[in-house]
Amino acid sequence: MKQDIILAGVGGQGILSIAYVIDNAALAEGLRFKQAEVHGMAQRGGAVVSHLRLSSGRIWSDLIPRGEADMILSVEPLEAVRYFDYLGPDGVVVTSSTPYTNIPDYPDVDAILSAVRTAKRSVVVDSETLAREAGTSKAQNMVMLGAASGFLILKRESLLSLVESLFKARGPGVVEANLKAFELGRRAAATS
Amino acid sequence: MAQQVLLGDEAVALGAVHAGLSAGYSYPGTPASEIMEFLVRIAETEGGFTASWAVNEKVAYEEALGASFAGRRALVSFKHVGLNVAADPFMNSAMTGANGGLVVVSADDPGMHSSQNEQDSRFYARFAQIFCFEPADHQECYDMTREAFDVSEKLGLPVLIRLVTRLSHSRSSVETREARPQNGLRTGDWKDWTLLPVNARRRFALLLDRQAEMVRLSEASAANALRLNTGDRSLGIVASGIAANYFQEAEAQAGISPSFLKVSTYPPPEKLIRELVEHVETVLVLEEGYPLIERDIMGLFGVPGKKVTGRTSGAVPASGELSPDIVRKALGLAPLAAQPRPGIPLAGRPPQLCVGCPHADTFKALNKAREDRPGSNVFSDIGCYTLGAFPPYNAVQSCVCMGASVGMARGASDVGVRPAVAVIGDSTFAHSGITSLLDAATADTDMTVIILDNGTVAMTGGQPSFGTGDRLLRIIEGVGVPKEHIRIIEPLPKNHEKNVGIIREEMDHHGLSVIVAVRECIQEARKRRG
Repeated sequence: MKQDIILAGVGGQGILSIAYVIDNAALAEGLRFKQAEVHGMAQRGGAVVSHLRLSSGRIWSDLIPRGEADMILSVEPLEAVRYFDYLGPDGVVVTSSTPYTNIPDYPDVDAILSAVRTAKRSVVVDSETLAREAGTSKAQNMVMLGAASGFLILKRESLLSLVESLFKARGPGVVEANLKAFELGRRAAATS
Repeated sequence: MAQQVLLGDEAVALGAVHAGLSAGYSYPGTPASEIMEFLVRIAETEGGFTASWAVNEKVAYEEALGASFAGRRALVSFKHVGLNVAADPFMNSAMTGANGGLVVVSADDPGMHSSQNEQDSRFYARFAQIFCFEPADHQECYDMTREAFDVSEKLGLPVLIRLVTRLSHSRSSVETREARPQNGLRTGDWKDWTLLPVNARRRFALLLDRQAEMVRLSEASAANALRLNTGDRSLGIVASGIAANYFQEAEAQAGISPSFLKVSTYPPPEKLIRELVEHVETVLVLEEGYPLIERDIMGLFGVPGKKVTGRTSGAVPASGELSPDIVRKALGLAPLAAQPRPGIPLAGRPPQLCVGCPHADTFKALNKAREDRPGSNVFSDIGCYTLGAFPPYNAVQSCVCMGASVGMARGASDVGVRPAVAVIGDSTFAHSGITSLLDAATADTDMTVIILDNGTVAMTGGQPSFGTGDRLLRIIEGVGVPKEHIRIIEPLPKNHEKNVGIIREEMDHHGLSVIVAVRECIQEARKRRG
């Protein structure tokens, strides 16, 4: 059993929090993982990507070979498309439709979303609206994790308990908002 | 045995703690910063050892060396170019030797994700003629760091651990073992540490004597594993560090098994390499960084009857980071089937200054002040503000090495550039700018130094700055900058006109001026507010 995930977004969007939840949920379920992160300069509003590999067997490379990814999980639509060539022919793209437009030449969002839909399977979720509904626009990353959860090889309970422990220090209100964000994302994906 | 989820950097740090570390020192730099961040966290929560950021890598190195002379185990860590700053004590510590285990961690940045170059620290180990470990995964980061302390004490020399970005910043789980106690204080022979010619010659002879032992250690190391394919002698792979992972990934996927030697220690295990080369017709060398092993095998004349390929032959690109895909191609394997990239143009998204960053306001004022001074040059330095080179600012015109801006501005001024401007952050100034400013102050050079005091080492995640606030002002005054030409501005949009005026005044002053732009990093302000 293995799953290779490209996690994409813009520096500051919280993709490392998504990675934290998936990594530790995998560990709790007895899987091995390797997760390549981006630190340093690129984190300052630049494109960031994390290669996340889960497996019941040995994982050699920290980076996913092109064509080997089972999923692209992106908190931002342009960033979802940037790594398309990592996705295998049967892979799924789970992305937010909310653009992060901190560059002057941001492409047409509809063109990006039609590009996303050229993948065999894709799920597009309005993470901003759902995060607001959950109580904080900061929880877009947890909306997207929820949206991806149905495709992950991990149990929902394992993910939820890690979401809880990730936000515990920030108080019960923050935990609740993030759990709700996860749930809204999950439902949106199930009905999309 | 316990399991912990760690970055490669953190696995090194924890390995050091469990090896009985007494003191660790570092200066922040991607991809090495997380080593000291982890040590500082452990030291604060559990105590028992010193973990300290230093003002620069040279100082960090000397602090670690002092702790080693006292018989204790010490670690010094930095990014690859940090070893350039620490090169003086580094090279000479190979001569003095270590008393307590001394482990030097240098994290290379192939592909230059966050660096000016992709220099390969293995060559530094060879230059100093010391032993070097190159871990390939998290477990090896932990295990090899523990072992490095033993090797250091066994040889009586510092040992280098070479990391690369992809391992430093990859996260995985590590099996840890029981920690061992620290060394007590233990005196050594002061004559070994006093590199007067009479002692230095004796020490160098000793260092040369140890070389054969290092090769033997390398050959005996379980981390260097040779596997010969007796059925197929066409191809053999020599791969080191994470390049070995990429090979093993491709091998598992494609169901091939050529002869294979994984190299994890330097000096390279000569006997094992010879065995592999003798066994096969073509040798493909896969190594992250420069072609060190490849050139060793090739020498000047190549190996008669054998084909040796790698970075120098073009089988692998000569520059840049390796990847599973590059290694597949070098092995002659077809690319895996993948989604085609959609035909729409994908705008790049380079890093940029945060919205509300104080540097942005300083750059706007500086650009305005320079508008009617076409001969001006702005020499910059290493930090977030280097992003001022990009649009919309286009405000700075150099980025060379830590502290370079001040010296370069002086040189440019000496030969006629007016106004000559240096832009440097508070931490970079403390790191390597103070001596250059002393130099310019002594000559009263006609130049303007703008120190961006945001109170932190922002680019690497907010480590403490050594030269900020009042202390910074006292340093500037202390090196001899005239008080009336030390100006303070607060870079905020509402102060724009005033700041432009101050910068113009000081540019027009025929002598040395320092303008300190004081405003807290907004990331740090945010963190402080919680």
